[in-house]
Amino acid sequence: MTFSLSSPVGRAFLRGLVTSLPFLLVVVPFGLVFGVVATSAGMTLFETMAFSVIVVAGAAQFAAVQLIQEGAPLLIVILTALAVNLRMAMYSAALAPHLGATSAPVRALLAYSLMDQCFVASMVEYERRPTATVAEKAAFFFGIAVPICPLWYVATWAGVVFGQTIPPEYALDFAVPIAFLATISPLLRGRANLAAAAVSVGVTLALWWMPYSTGLLVAAAAAMATGAIVETLTERQKEPRS
Amino acid sequence: MTGTISPIVTDKWQLWTVIVALGLGTFFLRYSFLGLIGDRPLPPIVLKVLRYTPVAVIPGLIAPAVLWPAATGGETDPARLAAAVVTVLTGVVTRNLLLAILAGVSTLYLAPWLI
Repeated sequence: MTFSLSSPVGRAFLRGLVTSLPFLLVVVPFGLVFGVVATSAGMTLFETMAFSVIVVAGAAQFAAVQLIQEGAPLLIVILTALAVNLRMAMYSAALAPHLGATSAPVRALLAYSLMDQCFVASMVEYERRPTATVAEKAAFFFGIAVPICPLWYVATWAGVVFGQTIPPEYALDFAVPIAFLATISPLLRGRANLAAAAVSVGVTLALWWMPYSTGLLVAAAAAMATGAIVETLTERQKEPRS
Repeated sequence: MTGTISPIVTDKWQLWTVIVALGLGTFFLRYSFLGLIGDRPLPPIVLKVLRYTPVAVIPGLIAPAVLWPAATGGETDPARLAAAVVTVLTGVVTRNLLLAILAGVSTLYLAPWLI
């Protein structure tokens, strides 16, 4: 592919790069903490790096390590971490109308680097520039992904190498809940989201007696159904008025 | 953090199963619609349910760690609880991830001095 930064495709890539800058501030601490948490769970540098390079999904990686530390069995670890990543299928569906026409290798690369940040920023850009070509849309997406992915690996590495010097008073165990809460709290608006979150917490705590966090899977399914049902009911209430 | 090492970590075969299965599974989820369905539309009910995955999974995942942290032997810790509440409130009000993290971390460190 011939590539010039002054072409429309090149400019879209540069816009992506600039847009990615604030995200880098989030990715670095998240990666550092993953390195620290995985090491304290007993994983080696190589295993921790493999995790970050192969999976490339912060939330799911944290979920997996947390459950491993709680002593959950293999299948539960895998299923729960994948449940955390179910939102990726939604992202994939939402991006398909914009990027579905790219070549298969490009789609594979898009899929590998599809993260929350790339998705949200790209959807905003595509709404702003509906006339952009498929190549420009893909270039913008990669403008976000190209700095974020390597930084995720480097931050993980730094967390493993330097993280063990951090004393326990810093309560690093709690960095993960804080990062998760900060990620989802901007979404906690509207009845449907609040109802889903309440069901998720309530059912998980009520089913805490179930072995190895299996209650969480039940709670997640119940919460997703709750969100969809409340949304449908809210829409129906609005219809007669509009 | 807990000092015991899970059998998943000590048994390398299990650990690599987790890494590879998560890698393949996550790639499949990301590639699913983009790669296989292309630009054909999806049933709205599927999108509607998938939309709630973040708020359905993450609150339940961390609720026990907020209420009964392993680091304090499962006893509710006012500093951690306060940090969680402040993080959520800041995130809901400002809709800013970084601000929410900063507010939560500050609370976690300042709370033992204030309570």
